[in-house]
Amino acid sequence: MDLSYGPEYETFRAELREFLQTRGDEAPGRAGEVASLGGESLVRWQKLLIEHGYAARNIPKEYGGAGAEPDPLIATILSEEFGRARVSRGVAGQGIDMLVPTLLEHGSEEQKRSYVPPTVTGEMVWCQGYSEPGAGSDLAAIQTHGRVEGDTLVINGQKIWTSTAQFSQMMFALVRTEPEAAKHAGISYVLVPMDTPGLDVRPLKTMTGHAEFNEVFFDEVRVPVANIVGRRGQGWKIANTTLGHERNMLGSSATSEGLYEGVVRVMREEQVDGHSALESPVLRDRLMSLQAKTIAMKCHAMRLLGSRLRGESSGVAGLVTKLNGCQLNHDLAGLAIDAMGEGGVLYRGTDRSRENGRWQFQYMFQLGLIIGGGTAQIQKNIISERGLGMPREPKVAASAAKSGVKG
Amino acid sequence: MDFGLSEEQLLLAETVTRFLDERLPVPRVREVIDGDESIDPDAWRALAELGVTGCLVPETHGGAELSLLDAAVIATALGHGAAPLPFLGSATLATLVLRGAASPAVQSEWLPRLADGSARMALAAAERIEQRQDSGVTFEGGRLQGTALFVIDGAGADAYLVAVGDDVHLVPASADGLAIKALPTIDRTRGLVELGFEAVAPADSFLAVGAALDRAVDAGRVIVSADILGSCDRAISMSVAYAMDREQFGRPIATFQAVKHLCAEMVAAIEPARSLLWYAGHSWDEIPEESALLATLCKAHFSTVGHDLVRIATQVHGGIGFTDEYDLQLWFKRVGLSRQLLGGPEKLNAHAAELQGLA
Repeated sequence: MDLSYGPEYETFRAELREFLQTRGDEAPGRAGEVASLGGESLVRWQKLLIEHGYAARNIPKEYGGAGAEPDPLIATILSEEFGRARVSRGVAGQGIDMLVPTLLEHGSEEQKRSYVPPTVTGEMVWCQGYSEPGAGSDLAAIQTHGRVEGDTLVINGQKIWTSTAQFSQMMFALVRTEPEAAKHAGISYVLVPMDTPGLDVRPLKTMTGHAEFNEVFFDEVRVPVANIVGRRGQGWKIANTTLGHERNMLGSSATSEGLYEGVVRVMREEQVDGHSALESPVLRDRLMSLQAKTIAMKCHAMRLLGSRLRGESSGVAGLVTKLNGCQLNHDLAGLAIDAMGEGGVLYRGTDRSRENGRWQFQYMFQLGLIIGGGTAQIQKNIISERGLGMPREPKVAASAAKSGVKG
Repeated sequence: MDFGLSEEQLLLAETVTRFLDERLPVPRVREVIDGDESIDPDAWRALAELGVTGCLVPETHGGAELSLLDAAVIATALGHGAAPLPFLGSATLATLVLRGAASPAVQSEWLPRLADGSARMALAAAERIEQRQDSGVTFEGGRLQGTALFVIDGAGADAYLVAVGDDVHLVPASADGLAIKALPTIDRTRGLVELGFEAVAPADSFLAVGAALDRAVDAGRVIVSADILGSCDRAISMSVAYAMDREQFGRPIATFQAVKHLCAEMVAAIEPARSLLWYAGHSWDEIPEESALLATLCKAHFSTVGHDLVRIATQVHGGIGFTDEYDLQLWFKRVGLSRQLLGGPEKLNAHAAELQGLA
């Protein structure tokens, strides 16, 4: 156990702090704001970050990145220091985090040159077309299909849970191109311009009252066959190379730490019968239980980092972050609401609502994250099957499965 | 930066686990707990050669002077083996109170004997953690009077360290006026005793040593957490193996999601807890300003996680898990005892809030 980072990393940290202090006010909005996606100020900020090696760090220079070797400690320092300074980390989201690594691994040279550089700077925004009304946890059951007509792929069908579709120029989508092939073998990974005729984006309002997601409809949407990444029918494999990444993005311990501090603040300020809510033994007991979990998740992240640095597999320990982290965040928001008593029900639009409804929003939004990106139940399948070596549920008869995907 | 166990710590875990597999396999554990002695004294002396009994004793007194994280690695292995050995009472709590509170002469007299396994001690401090009815010891006119409850690993100890307020009194087991009464508990792999004091003259007294007592209790909380961790690891591996083997409805029950998900929940709960334990153990030596809070939260968390986990493990086993003959009940009970020791979760959560000024 050695928790020091070593002198060269501390130098990197000191330079980064200096940068954030002197240039941080050039950053757009607050960290994680979606509204500015593709906006000019974000692109300008992103370019500055890349220039200093603070964003797109491991993407090769020829494709617009900073071209540094991957280093988990540097990545950790970047995340710690931007979080501490509360400054935007630049472009985030499915384009840079999921599409770019996929293209770098599987894309043609032309695809890499056309799409990676503008995605890295944030000028080109992407959305992910995976889930469908009939293909959620069973993602390989997608029915959106593409028929090949010469060098054109004609797509019909529907995607759902498509975040940022309304700001996006492009979508990377899973499309069934080989209807006769077995379930997993008939899917292609396709790049679709969002302004193609026949493509319709409709906002999907969730229980939070906001449209964090969209539905995307395809009616005879024509894209070049050259927009398929890798070979036809290889899409499932290609998508899976980056799905694991999404699991790790959700449930990060930094989110829990921020929420925990927020709950302490709420409980300190909330007055119950003339006493701070912190003085309620019952609420305080819940708070401490959640603090222990929050610290445990932080330690767990350090342990996973330790495994990466040693080049070891983290084994089953590496599979539990999303399941625990999302549940913890939901519980933290729930405690804040309970600490507010009846005032906990207030939502956006009244001065009496603490932080403009932040906690009710979080309570609902975090519930969505327990479901999205692989439900808690799918996570438990992954933990028990890949982590503990337990057998999969026996498959239903092959013919039934196949007829299910034809439609 | 390296968060995790070192090569040496992994080797230590393996060594102790192998020793227990050979010297204290479950049939032998059952023999010990059904016998007259509360521990296996031969195994304890043999463990002295591996440096286990004296792992927290300074080298100058013949110990191995390991870190608390090292000791936690040992405790995890002992929990995994449900070992009937006084690691918590003698090798941790009493040893650390002697180290932190006793005079050099008393340290020289007792620490080498604790290290080589020829003597055992126990700490009577339950009243410091939580004052219950019908308990409490006073010290007036040079005499101890009253009752000390729930002295962990107290049976067969050669001497007791008795906390009265911030003072500690050393009382040999043979002292006049001392009554030692074993208290039957659910977990027979470790024993509690009750001490009655009738005008007992201590052999030695160490005054105003509250900080040393607190440090020892913090360490004890980490060690109990580690014991729960080892117990949970055992309960999980037994559950997974059983689910793979047991067939119902014509297939292994491990293929049913209802069963698989219970196993996944156990692992998902224990892995971040393991990370917390390592950090709490590390901080006791290396980040002392954080260690009281971490030890307190860690023990509270393990009390809850462990308690739920052995219940789920029993559920995965179905009826067989409820029998005496099947071994899982040993760990169900061991965690049941550990949960209550040195403060249950509610007590510890309240303490954690006080420690950070949130009360």
